[in-house]
Amino acid sequence: MIADDDEKWLAAATSAVKQNAFYMQRAIDSNNLKDALKFSAQMLGELRTSKLSPHKYYELYIRASDELRSLEMFFRDETARGCSIAELYELVQHAGNILPRLYLLCTIGSVYIKSKDVAAKDILKDLVEMCRAVQHPLRGLFLRSYLAQVTRDKLPSIGSELEGDTETHMDALEFVLQNFTEMNKLWVRMQHQGPTREKEKREKERNELRDLVGKNLHILGQLEGVDLVVYRDTVLPRILEQVVNCKDELAQCYLMDCIIQVFPDDFHLQTLDVLLGACPQLQPSVDIKTVLSGLMERLSNYAASSVEALPNFLQVDAFSKLNHAIGKVVEAQVDLPASASVTLYLFLLKFTLHVHSDRLDYVDQGFGIKPSEHGSCVSQLSATGKLCDDKASKQIVAFLSAPLEKFNDVVTILKLTNYPRVMEYLDHDTNKAMAIIIIQSILKNNTRIATADEVDALFELIKGLIKDFDGLTDNDEIDEEDFQEEQNSVARLVHFLYNDDPEEMSKIIFRIRKHILTGGPKRLPLTIPPLVLSALKLIRRMRGGDENPFGDDTSTPQKILQLLTETVEVLSDASASELALRLYLQCAQAANDCELETVAYEFFTKAYLLYEEEISDSKAQVTALRLIIGTLQRMRVFNVENRDILTHKATGYSVKLLKKPDQCRAVYECAHLYWAEEGENLKDGERAQKIADAVQKMANASRGASSTGSVSLYVELLNKYLYFLEKGNPQVTGETIQSLAELIRSETKKAESGAGTFITSTLRYMEFQRQQEDGGMSEKYQKIKMEWFE
Amino acid sequence: MVLVLALGDLHVPHRAADLPPKFKSMLVPGKIQHIICTGNLCIKEIHDYLKTICPDLHIARGEFDEDARYPETKILTIGQFKLGLCHGHQVIPWGDLDSLAMLQRQLDVDILVTGHTHQFTAYKHEGGVVINPGSATGAYSSINQDVNPSFVLMDIDGLRVVVYVYELIDGEVKVDKIDFKKTSTSNSAP
Repeated sequence: MIADDDEKWLAAATSAVKQNAFYMQRAIDSNNLKDALKFSAQMLGELRTSKLSPHKYYELYIRASDELRSLEMFFRDETARGCSIAELYELVQHAGNILPRLYLLCTIGSVYIKSKDVAAKDILKDLVEMCRAVQHPLRGLFLRSYLAQVTRDKLPSIGSELEGDTETHMDALEFVLQNFTEMNKLWVRMQHQGPTREKEKREKERNELRDLVGKNLHILGQLEGVDLVVYRDTVLPRILEQVVNCKDELAQCYLMDCIIQVFPDDFHLQTLDVLLGACPQLQPSVDIKTVLSGLMERLSNYAASSVEALPNFLQVDAFSKLNHAIGKVVEAQVDLPASASVTLYLFLLKFTLHVHSDRLDYVDQGFGIKPSEHGSCVSQLSATGKLCDDKASKQIVAFLSAPLEKFNDVVTILKLTNYPRVMEYLDHDTNKAMAIIIIQSILKNNTRIATADEVDALFELIKGLIKDFDGLTDNDEIDEEDFQEEQNSVARLVHFLYNDDPEEMSKIIFRIRKHILTGGPKRLPLTIPPLVLSALKLIRRMRGGDENPFGDDTSTPQKILQLLTETVEVLSDASASELALRLYLQCAQAANDCELETVAYEFFTKAYLLYEEEISDSKAQVTALRLIIGTLQRMRVFNVENRDILTHKATGYSVKLLKKPDQCRAVYECAHLYWAEEGENLKDGERAQKIADAVQKMANASRGASSTGSVSLYVELLNKYLYFLEKGNPQVTGETIQSLAELIRSETKKAESGAGTFITSTLRYMEFQRQQEDGGMSEKYQKIKMEWFE
Repeated sequence: MVLVLALGDLHVPHRAADLPPKFKSMLVPGKIQHIICTGNLCIKEIHDYLKTICPDLHIARGEFDEDARYPETKILTIGQFKLGLCHGHQVIPWGDLDSLAMLQRQLDVDILVTGHTHQFTAYKHEGGVVINPGSATGAYSSINQDVNPSFVLMDIDGLRVVVYVYELIDGEVKVDKIDFKKTSTSNSAP
């Protein structure tokens, strides 16, 4: 309804304008000044309407002002023909109504200025004052807009032909400033027209008109003679005065942004105080963070694009000013939500990272507390305690991530003393997520954490992952897979905590251990292994280095192995026995390499104890025993007695395995314990063979139960005999092998053994060895009579 | 031409954080037809990663593997070749080639792929070929003092297999290759 009416009225007004314009044009063409004035006044009379919405009024205005152009040209031609401008100026004031009169005055006024008959400044002053007569906001705005438009090319702006001296510049400046001030007042007044329930509608309408007001600032930006001094001393203060005093949220928001966008960055830098000083004076509902972030972004880009400008930033102490300003804003606006204030500090941080990336102290300041000055991130948060606000949490994560992304080096982050404090304020889950982000930065950038102190600092940051939160165990909450991934990240991290210097590395190992041990039984099986292996790597390096006395007691292989004993022990308490056993064996081998017999023996003792007491699953036993035998087989450090004890026990375990085939296999593997390639004293042929015989007996015993299984065992045993035959065990004779082979043959005759291919390949091998050209091997094989197989 | 990737003993995260970046950039999905893994991944993330390189993934159980369901040994046929897979901690003495030959006879395969020693070997014997791709991450080993990251790519073409070994030495990837041929009738190498 209203919209339709609006359309109707616009249509009516437009056609009236067109009609009058037509007559006006006709009058112009016939040099009829009087009629031209008459019809132009009539045309302009349509602009007196109150019926149109701002949007429609604009359309009408465009129409009308377009037509006025030809009038302006006519005036110019008239003056060229000798008509006195002063007279014209007089004449137009006879127009009946004030609005048309003023439009005409502006038109003629601009021609007047160009003629230079009178000082421009007088005319401009005249015009800008006279427009005061129209106090209706909408009509006044457009009138003044027309004034600005029509005088624009008469002002000494950059790139125009009009030069002038300083005085001319100042006059122009004064004119534009005044016009701007008046326009803003009118614009603000629009807010208060009409009923309160239409507030939103009015705001929308006002928004549509804002560029009319903003235009003035653009013009100011273009004026000649507006250098830094003038800007600082005149332009900015005047604009800000109007902005603050108008006490209108919409205007303030828009105009602050306008100022920042229109004027050059180096102006802003030099007038930072003034600009920032206005911020706390603005209405509380103004979205300050948008304003400040816009400013900081512009300044950041400025710094990025022109390196020469960087010293200026320091010179004006931009950082402190911004920091201070933010503090004041936050202080003034008590209702500002946590997320908003964090956002402000986030923008400041980004600014700092862009502009002062080498000033770690600035970055740290952004995070920390300065007792004498206002606000900084941490002091803000401590007022609110731990954050439960999602939005704020997200902002804090962005805040904490910004320096990570900028520097790509966690070591730099570790130097920010206030960083961990900010992390404290995150809720548990977010804290852990942030810790993961930090770890991922290390993994991705291959960052090395090279000192024990850095290790401490790092673990402080990621402590949410390392141990339970405040003594509460959140076992029920967490998803098993997520937890594993988390801890695996921590495990991977360990490999980046590293120093070439063995002494420092020792310290690092001790520190890591200290932190990891707070983790509790769920974490230890995942975090202890990498620590142990890292320590073993260190020990190997220590061995490789010089035999110099180490400065510190902690940095000998022995000490480290001692530490490892205590560490792996913790694992066995945490019911990760199989893992603990494997780690003990790894340590035993390391001790062996360091020639530390007692230490190696102790590791074996512990491993055996675990085997006896904790490992009960039969499959697990088989594997564990294999590992024990395999490790023991490689030990060189033991004296005869110790070796005997350990071997004897291992053999004992083998015999007690649950399933017969497993028993047999384990026992014949023990044969290798009596035979090792290097070292003559380790070749106990007799014992080795005794073992093999024992195996055969065991295999015989199992024959009744399942012959298929036992044939396979026999063939395995046969292969083992061949192995020892080749190695030169005198106990293994051709007869031994033959009799076993016979046994196999007879068994296979009885039933399908399933070991057919194995037998075939074994025979083929035996034949192959027999045919060997080098005498030694073939000799051995020829001792075996092979007729019994077709 | 069938490409088979053989690798293992990554020991992530206990002994290494990840595969070397230079290896990761070489292992592009879609180029390899089979993956044979000697074990000790140790975690699911690595299993998933290998699956993205090639869905036909075969793994034997290493003593540190998190997943207890991997088999102790595995046999598969690719083209004209029978391949056997076993981690190797089960064969004592560890790394002993004669003992591995015995396992090969037992499994009756042309190529036995095994690990545990973190040392690349490609050994031809009466019964066939034993290949150890080493440790793909260069993980610490109590058996081998000096470990470089390595893996193997086998190109199986008819009766011929070309074994390419990639080793990361001092930051550079070095490649070497070895040829093996099998006779059509039996398993033995010429």
